[in-house]
Amino acid sequence: MATCLCDAFFDDVAKATVQVLEYLGVEVEFPADQTCCGQPAFNAGDWKASRKVVRHVVDAFKGEDPVVIPSGSCAAMLFHGALLEFEKEDDLPEVQQLANRSWELLDYIVNGLGVTEWPGSFPHKVSFHRSCHLRGTCSGPAALQLMESIDGLEIATFGEAEQCCGFGGAFSVSHPNVSGKMGQLKIENILAADPEYLVAADMGCLLHLGGIVDKGGKNLPRFHVAQVLRDALISANLLPAD
Amino acid sequence: MPTKSQQEIDRFARDLKPDVYQSVYGGTKATTEKRYEVLFRDYPDPDLLRQTAGQIKQHTLENLDKYLPQAEAALKANGAQVHFASDGDAANRMILEIMKANGCKSMVKSKSMVSEETGLGHYLEDNGMKCLETDLGEFIIQIDNDHPSHIVKPVAHKNRRDIAKSFEREGLGDYNDDPETITRRARKFLRGKYFEADVGLTGANFVSAESGRLTIVTNEGNARFCMAATPIHIAIVGIEKLVPHDRDLALFTALIGRSGTGQHLTSYTQFIGGPKREGQPDGPEQMHVIFVDNKRTEVLASQCSEILRCIRCGACLNVCPVYRQASGHAYRSVYPGPVGAVLSPLLAGSRFPELADLPKASSLCGACNEVCPVNIPIPDLLLRLRDKAKTEHAEKAMKGTPPMGMFGLLASQPHAWRAAMTMGAAMNLTPDAIINIVPPAAAWNSCRQLPKWRGGKFRNWMKSRSKN
Repeated sequence: MATCLCDAFFDDVAKATVQVLEYLGVEVEFPADQTCCGQPAFNAGDWKASRKVVRHVVDAFKGEDPVVIPSGSCAAMLFHGALLEFEKEDDLPEVQQLANRSWELLDYIVNGLGVTEWPGSFPHKVSFHRSCHLRGTCSGPAALQLMESIDGLEIATFGEAEQCCGFGGAFSVSHPNVSGKMGQLKIENILAADPEYLVAADMGCLLHLGGIVDKGGKNLPRFHVAQVLRDALISANLLPAD
Repeated sequence: MPTKSQQEIDRFARDLKPDVYQSVYGGTKATTEKRYEVLFRDYPDPDLLRQTAGQIKQHTLENLDKYLPQAEAALKANGAQVHFASDGDAANRMILEIMKANGCKSMVKSKSMVSEETGLGHYLEDNGMKCLETDLGEFIIQIDNDHPSHIVKPVAHKNRRDIAKSFEREGLGDYNDDPETITRRARKFLRGKYFEADVGLTGANFVSAESGRLTIVTNEGNARFCMAATPIHIAIVGIEKLVPHDRDLALFTALIGRSGTGQHLTSYTQFIGGPKREGQPDGPEQMHVIFVDNKRTEVLASQCSEILRCIRCGACLNVCPVYRQASGHAYRSVYPGPVGAVLSPLLAGSRFPELADLPKASSLCGACNEVCPVNIPIPDLLLRLRDKAKTEHAEKAMKGTPPMGMFGLLASQPHAWRAAMTMGAAMNLTPDAIINIVPPAAAWNSCRQLPKWRGGKFRNWMKSRSKN
């Protein structure tokens, strides 16, 4: 699943995800009917609208194959959020069936495919923002494990790393002051570590933090972990640069 | 930069005074760090403790019909009198009646959140009784005629200079903002009051159904004085405070101090078995335990029963990035922060719509769940209450949230979705001034910029590959 944010803004993240999975020998299918995971409406409290979207997702991703998603929050929507809003619905089993085979990308690579080391180099200092939906899942450690195994990649740790970036979906517009202040704080902490790239595993955080960086006229390039993995493959000639 | 907002908590955070922000932010951050350090130094797997404690509490809640009568019987056997109050008013009346029946005029009380719920202090004063808060933080709140802004540290929003000014105003000495001096002055003032009072009131952190033993933790020893110096001890207790056995207390006392203040154990931990018995040199002649429902049975029957596991440690407030920005008074209720955002609207009963915006004041980051000593899935509960607010058309909750009906339609119709993805590119050519006519866009753009629209590009790339 490419996710709606990749569909609208982060096409290169979706592309890198496909390239990385194909490098690992995974046959990638892209069901063209896919739209969004339903999380925007779920978080906004409109579960009725959200269920409509989730039912569409169930339909678009029928079958037994794993559904791999380059976003902690969209993945969590499918394996956790959707189950909450379908608790009393007749089609809970179908939603559960999808939940059981939904994976966040890095969790899938490390714990699904058993790949724990990554070839190539990425000779840059990066700060990794562990997005909140990776909290308590295997994805955060998986992302770090892969990145730390890349030649030349240096992780620049920063203050208050556990803190949320302040995005929170509809929260970012319903509570713009709190959301903005949380983001500013995060950016200040990250900039203090002086990284070349800000890396995250969720487009929501990247959209929000990137938006604050750009609005403030600061210079901090952003990458999804999938893009780091893809560039490392290119550096080792394991993937053609296009 | 200040931004228009339709949400009260957001406006409160926007307008928060810098020194209040500093007090709240600095205090919560330091306590969170201490909590982490102490828990992880002392236990190889603190998460296992949290999960176990959560299961014990949930089990107790699901079997209250068994444990509550058990606790009542045990308390009575210990010589205590047991009362059940269906709501806050009933609890207040019972306390007043106990005082009147015994010719009492004044009460010293230690900290109790449920007494905040019932508004006990003001009720007693209105009915001609004196009621003095003896917890230092609550004492400061009382002389300032303020409200607590934190469950454990009621004066989290004040700094020592504010407190020094209050003490000066109340004639407790010349201005002096040295914390030790402030504490010594409060101590000196309060010491005499314990002996003048007729009634000591406490809460209880835990009640063992097995033995009827109350556990009361403090860091100032004031609860102990409230019980030792007065002839009547009244404990006001929410019905959710039960634990099945005495042995469970080992786990809960280990968690409450570490979670709340980063202490191994609170400075004073009392286990109260009943009033003074024959042959005992001191202690209260009478002990009354008032179990308060005040909507708890309704919460128990709701989809958010897990919130009743809460042991009021405040860890979720301390770690919450929204609480840190907004402070406790932003929540307009007795219980602030993440736990309050769930509990307060529920305890409001039919006034739910008035507090239905609280569950929206969260980025759902999950930090609250991660630190909760009884593993309450707070984000899930916030989400359930958002759904409830939407279903019940609670307007306050909806303000500022973009309507999702259109999104639901679009995201369930792939053709329309693909068209929208392509058409979105028009946004790249639209000046911000026009985009900002849409309120959510204006709210976004107030402090953030949207990247260039690239809708359809990934799909085209996938298509071009399949042709080759």
